[in-house]
Amino acid sequence: MIQFIIRRILQTVPVLLGVTILVFFMMHLIPGDPAQVIAGEAANEEQVEQMRERLGLNDPLYVQYGTYLMNALQGDLGDSIRSGREVTAEVSSRFWVTFELAFYSTLLSIFIGLIAGIISAVRQYTFSDVGIMIAALFGLSMPNFWLGLMLMQYFSLNLGWLPVSGWGTPDRIILPVLALGTAGAAIIARMTRSSMLEVISQDYIRTARAKGVKEKYVIYKHALKNAMIPVVTVIGLEFGTLLGGAVLTETVFSINGLGRYIVESIGARDFPVVQGSVLVIALVFVIVNLLVDISYRFLNKRIDFN
Amino acid sequence: MPETTVNYPVTTPPNPHVESFKNVLKRLKKNKAAMVGGFLILFFIVVSIIGPFFTPFDPSEQNHVNKLAGPSLEHWFGTDHHGRDIFSRIIHGMSITLYIGFFSVLIGAVIGVLFGIVSGYFGGKMDAVIMRIMDVLLAFPGILLALGIVSVLGGSLNNVIISVGIFSVPAFARIVRGSTLSVKKLEYIDAVRALGASHFRIIFRHVLPNVMSPIIVQATLRMATAVLTASGLSFLGLGAQPPTPEWGAMLSDGRNYMWDAGHVAFFPGIAIVVVVLAFNIFGDGLRDALDPKMKS
Repeated sequence: MIQFIIRRILQTVPVLLGVTILVFFMMHLIPGDPAQVIAGEAANEEQVEQMRERLGLNDPLYVQYGTYLMNALQGDLGDSIRSGREVTAEVSSRFWVTFELAFYSTLLSIFIGLIAGIISAVRQYTFSDVGIMIAALFGLSMPNFWLGLMLMQYFSLNLGWLPVSGWGTPDRIILPVLALGTAGAAIIARMTRSSMLEVISQDYIRTARAKGVKEKYVIYKHALKNAMIPVVTVIGLEFGTLLGGAVLTETVFSINGLGRYIVESIGARDFPVVQGSVLVIALVFVIVNLLVDISYRFLNKRIDFN
Repeated sequence: MPETTVNYPVTTPPNPHVESFKNVLKRLKKNKAAMVGGFLILFFIVVSIIGPFFTPFDPSEQNHVNKLAGPSLEHWFGTDHHGRDIFSRIIHGMSITLYIGFFSVLIGAVIGVLFGIVSGYFGGKMDAVIMRIMDVLLAFPGILLALGIVSVLGGSLNNVIISVGIFSVPAFARIVRGSTLSVKKLEYIDAVRALGASHFRIIFRHVLPNVMSPIIVQATLRMATAVLTASGLSFLGLGAQPPTPEWGAMLSDGRNYMWDAGHVAFFPGIAIVVVVLAFNIFGDGLRDALDPKMKS
């Protein structure tokens, strides 16, 4: 078991390195001279040269990457071009807001998705099954930023029940979490339904029923546990998707999270901030997936750890 | 056997594993939801081609006397902050949406299929390297990868297509690799190899047709994701630039007038939902008809 965990962690290292390489090259892939683009069209030659020096663009590429990697490992992601502050400080102050938003949205997705998926599977081909699956299809097809705007329009502007924007208090959390978590709930509901249906058709469930075990126990004790195995993987992936999707929700609800910060920094061509923020989100996503993968093996005892 | 010893005309019989179009259509016809999705997509394509000739107003025509007007008989979906007819703009925006979706999926599919098929067919180090690259791309969750690429390339419609295309590559590569791994074990492929066919011929004449089903399903479902992602980028101001009637950009405009005129953001959003829904329903149906094993 421990060997498996160590091996899985080691497998993550090349991916993490790849992520740093890709993020590092972001700036070098800017069409034209990155220093000129970042300094702005109005910048004169001297200012461009200063920017080039500041960004370390005069060094050979491998030296630049080596410096970037070593600094990143020590928690130094450079300085913001706009504010001059350390990117690490700026990112860490905003990261937890985005993390909370994605976390609560994932919880909501799991809660609604699991209940809806189980009802749908247990009552296959009934009115509730069809209704839930149609609702899930709509949930999947709605842009979260549009849903956010519509929720804001109805609950904040029309009814005046909830604040229009912000984060931190329970009433401010509801709408962004609903907007972001709906698509995830739809995905989890669909996955739970198909997984449950597959498990319910297995021989051991038929045996349990034949033995006279109450239907409630058959579903919740025997079927759900095994049906959850593929669902866990989806939940891990969903958390990541929501972490990325927070970019849009934060913009809609004017939440001071990492996503909104990225968007503002792209507008201001503040590349060190964009690089640092994207790197942090990708690293967290890789780590979450690693944890999900390990828990998946724990849940599914049939998987050989070797 | 060395590849240079090809002496037989490699005219293999019809591939036994590729399903006939008739069978697929028969199964697809049984799925009512998929048929509805399919007809909707056809309808959208027709509207995107001929619709712009029949719109009641020019999509850029401004009317400052009548700005932010609600839906009426004259302006079915109301007008925006420049007094432009939202219905006409949505009809004109249909072709932009389908154009972005189609070409970004095409880019993703061509690159992804190539990577996936080469990875699965050759295996070994090449497989390991390609799949690690895909893992790295997948480490950027949701819209983040597309956002990162478009931030580097600069905001424009074509750059959105490129970024959403690259964002789609890993999905295609993974699915095609998985299918290739199972197809290459088939006796049929062994037989073609024994006849002395080259790797190139085996891949493109014999493996590719066998993995087409998951590619078609993935492409259809990916259209939905591409439309959502592209509209998200435009909403953030990184895609189509004003006055292009792109739905995400229209939504972004509408955001500033939520208090007085909610319809400005409502209708472009509904348009996105309907198009994405159609591709999702059709993709689901296609999956059931073409590749029941993929049903999840």
